[in-house]
Amino acid sequence: MRRRRRLLAWVTAALVLGLIAPVTALAASCPRTSVADIEDEVMCPVCKTPLALAQEAPQADRERVFILERVERCQSKGAIKVALAAEFGDEVLAVPAGEGFDLAAYLVPAIALALALGACALAVARWRGRGPAPAEAGPSGARGEAGSSPAPSAEASARLARDLERYDL
Amino acid sequence: MRRLLSPVSVAVVIAVAALLGLLAYGVRSTAPDASIETALASGERPRAPALELPRLDGRGKASLADFRGRVVVLNYWASWCEPCRAESPLLERWHQRLAGRGGTVVGVDVLDVTSDARAFVREFGLSYPMLRDADGATQKDFGVAAYPETVVIDRAGRIAALRRGPVDEEFMRREVAPLLEERA
Repeated sequence: MRRRRRLLAWVTAALVLGLIAPVTALAASCPRTSVADIEDEVMCPVCKTPLALAQEAPQADRERVFILERVERCQSKGAIKVALAAEFGDEVLAVPAGEGFDLAAYLVPAIALALALGACALAVARWRGRGPAPAEAGPSGARGEAGSSPAPSAEASARLARDLERYDL
Repeated sequence: MRRLLSPVSVAVVIAVAALLGLLAYGVRSTAPDASIETALASGERPRAPALELPRLDGRGKASLADFRGRVVVLNYWASWCEPCRAESPLLERWHQRLAGRGGTVVGVDVLDVTSDARAFVREFGLSYPMLRDADGATQKDFGVAAYPETVVIDRAGRIAALRRGPVDEEFMRREVAPLLEERA
């Protein structure tokens, strides 16, 4: 009788362990993602906004339920995104299409980068072409030997001479 | 003047102009197409855009061309759309009336979860052909901007009427019933 009870106890313990172990293992790896983790990376196709921002749209609520059902089934973020794309099309993935107005999402940063690089190149070229800085004025205010003013042309010198002749200094 | 025409100023002006152009293009390209309304308002019946979509029950595809020669009431809907629930019984009643007189209602389920859409069809006992536009790709051709919207197509495949919003008995009598008397 005692042996029978002991055997029964062992069988019961084995059964309980057999049931608990897989559940515990599943709980350790599940959930692999969450609605909050996914909703800022996908779109609400009707609202045309990221799902996280679509708070009161019925379609957004259905999309969240769709995600939640898969989170509870322990699907990964990638698998849920694939399922979303299969259900609502690629537009739901918040990745701009390579055509129409969405093309701007790729072109504008590229053009902005090209313009910024061009502006940098232009600034460097101008900075290098400027040459050495003019000599500092001395304490008396006289300019250095090199001076910053170029020598006047022959025409300018002639005009200066004519102007000076007109005045009785 | 020379200062105004410096390369930096010119680049800034070009960049601002390009951004404004892009903004204008974006607003224009995402705005719903109103060309059908314009044509209908001037008494024309524009040709209905081609449409081919998978059936909601998963049994192959169907196209508008399959219904040529019949009056088609093309209804865009979604299971999460409350006004769609309200108009569905009316559409089913009209489908029963139209079926024997050379007409049909065709539903297009848009941006919806398939299982929800199928449950909706079961709930309301909808017997008319149901198509599924998963990503809403066809709605731009018909200028659909909200749900439900209904396009009435005559026997010759031309758009005869349009309702942005739920249909009612009066709309169906006024816009659909007379088309049944027309020949293809």
